[in-house]
Amino acid sequence: MTLQSVKFYQTGTFTVGNRLLDDAQRSVQANMRRTNSLNSGHRACQGCGEALGARYAIDAAMQAAAGRVVAVNATGCLEVFSTPYPETSWQIPWMHSLFGNAPAVAAGVAAALKVKGRTDVKVIAQGGDGGTTDIGFGCLSGMFERNDDVLYVCYDNEAYMNTGVQRSSATPPAARTATTMAVGEHPGNVFGTGKNVPLIAMAHHIPYVATASVANLRDLEAKITTAMGIAGSRYVHVHVPCPLGWGSDPADTIKVARMAVESGLFPLFEARFGEVTSRYTLRRPVTVEAYLMLQKRFAHLFTPRRDEATLAAIQETADRNVRTFGLA
Amino acid sequence: MLKQIEGSRAIAEAVALCRPEVICAYPITPQTHIVEGLGEMVKSGALTRCEFINVESEFAALSVAIGASAAGARSYTATASQGILFMAEAVYNAAGLGLPIVMTIGNRAIGAPINIWNDHSDSMALRDAGWIQLYAETNQEAADLHIQAFKLAEALSCPVMVCVDGFILTHAVERIDVPTQADVDAYLPPFEPVQILDVDDPVSIGAMVGPEAFFEVRYLQHHKQERALEMIPALAAEFEARFGRVAGGLVRTYRTDDAETIVVALGSLNGTVKDVVDAMRDKGDRIGVLTLCSFRPFPLAAVRAALANAKRVVVLEKSLAVGLGGMVSDGVRKALSGIVLAGHTVICGLGGRAITRASLTNLFQRAQRNELGVLEFLDLNHAVVDRELARLAQARRAGPTAEAILRGLASAAAGARSA
Repeated sequence: MTLQSVKFYQTGTFTVGNRLLDDAQRSVQANMRRTNSLNSGHRACQGCGEALGARYAIDAAMQAAAGRVVAVNATGCLEVFSTPYPETSWQIPWMHSLFGNAPAVAAGVAAALKVKGRTDVKVIAQGGDGGTTDIGFGCLSGMFERNDDVLYVCYDNEAYMNTGVQRSSATPPAARTATTMAVGEHPGNVFGTGKNVPLIAMAHHIPYVATASVANLRDLEAKITTAMGIAGSRYVHVHVPCPLGWGSDPADTIKVARMAVESGLFPLFEARFGEVTSRYTLRRPVTVEAYLMLQKRFAHLFTPRRDEATLAAIQETADRNVRTFGLA
Repeated sequence: MLKQIEGSRAIAEAVALCRPEVICAYPITPQTHIVEGLGEMVKSGALTRCEFINVESEFAALSVAIGASAAGARSYTATASQGILFMAEAVYNAAGLGLPIVMTIGNRAIGAPINIWNDHSDSMALRDAGWIQLYAETNQEAADLHIQAFKLAEALSCPVMVCVDGFILTHAVERIDVPTQADVDAYLPPFEPVQILDVDDPVSIGAMVGPEAFFEVRYLQHHKQERALEMIPALAAEFEARFGRVAGGLVRTYRTDDAETIVVALGSLNGTVKDVVDAMRDKGDRIGVLTLCSFRPFPLAAVRAALANAKRVVVLEKSLAVGLGGMVSDGVRKALSGIVLAGHTVICGLGGRAITRASLTNLFQRAQRNELGVLEFLDLNHAVVDRELARLAQARRAGPTAEAILRGLASAAAGARSA
């Protein structure tokens, strides 16, 4: 099936998969046979971007693998809110071991399946940005360089939310967290720090790297589906707003995510073997200010007075992304 | 089949006979030859149906084994020293999840100061992680214990460490009787996991557990070890019946029947101790040896039975519980609750310090003359210690201790040469 870009301006959310499409073109989530792999009843906060992203990602993976998926989960919000035993939201075989070892545990599962000749079963590892870009980074890089047959999905909400909103290496400059306090001469997170794990993943020359956002769930599903059709190590980095940590309205999760994309701060692209093969060009570009002002973690940029220098620096970051990734 | 091979090779061949399905390898001296041997067997095709994975750290090595074991594969790795500390979190995790991984420890000291030689600090540091710990006395036993370890681990769904003295065993070339595949297959049944990541029967493994159940889950780990107290002797007996030699078991006694002094030791040290005991017996000394093969579970009843009639117990420990003394002694004392006898903890062999027959003879003779203290340090060079303490007292910024001691030893040696 060729993907057709469909614009549903009337909903205001780009929601797709509704009755305007025929069955074959509907999103996985709109499909009657969706697996609800991360089932309802979990304990995520209102407006949780991670729960939304995981639901779409895993259901798409399940559809692509004919329902034969094993998931390994790093410690974090997703792990905690989905398995408050005796309840579990997971309708698939699922395992949590530690905070920093999900890629290695998944590699072990993949090795076991390989030795047993189970080519039908696919392995997914997932974690938040802390578990991926910080504490699990060594294992992630190891998984990449060995080209283990695992799809790793990072749900990036730009801080350690499970422990109470502390800075990670995915926290953007100027953002207030519990460990990058909005006080002093340069409030919030320090400029010139952090790392871009999708680009680092590409440097491993693995078969597939993509960024995605809950602002564009059809795109997220499509990228997961693409990734599931490829053997070897694959990485999908999903931008997922956290209303609690970001101080955004839970009703605005999709909107905030879209502003991150449309401002150029979170570029959407795909890469094969280290080479960018597609990118999302901005449809309705916005300034970074439109994105930042929706979030209390950036409130110090606007009150008690506008911090023009910092706003300009963040805008420059977005503009550089637009140039680097060809988003215009 | 009899072979003249290195201890590491013997272990590798024994592990291969157990038909492991996933092996994770990360180099750290002195266990490296084991995984090198296994890797060669996999790559050459001698060991089939096995994935050999070069990982990026010990933390990853055990984590890969955790994933593989949870997916139903017989999983093996090996480590030592800093490596087991680097994977410490996963060591607890594997036990908590009840995954029957077998791991060899090539026992080696822990830094700082960095040191590659043998003592038991590494495995002792993780003694309470929920793994069974078996200590090999010889290379033959090291090989044999691995075959028993897989059976024990899988019967209990509990991971097992086989602890093998670094260099002393791992790098020693000896005659080894390598079992046949048929015998090992008859002894060790295929792995049937009690829990598995199965797409046809999905389960969640590793959920958050609160105060309402954590205690019980943890207690059940202890319960497994109590079951192991019965299973370890049974498996050793079964092993002896099939392979015709003694290996494993909880404890072994040597010339303890009428012994007034009983020496307790783990691992390869027992060989030297037995030589000394033989020599002292020849002179009429009533001395014997209690070899601890299983340290976790700690065989309280067996130790009590073996020591109850002695007048004194000398516990040789290749690890130092800094600020306390010995860890093995703690278990021995618990075993002897209510029995009054003289107990001596002797810290020895740290960082590969040679434990000689002469030193042990002198030690045991002092024990029989009731001259030993509660805590002794065998062949500790007190002159070196005193010199360093004096140096440190001279200036606040005295600089690093280890380097100063080495400098002192070097200049003393140079002085001796020129004299």
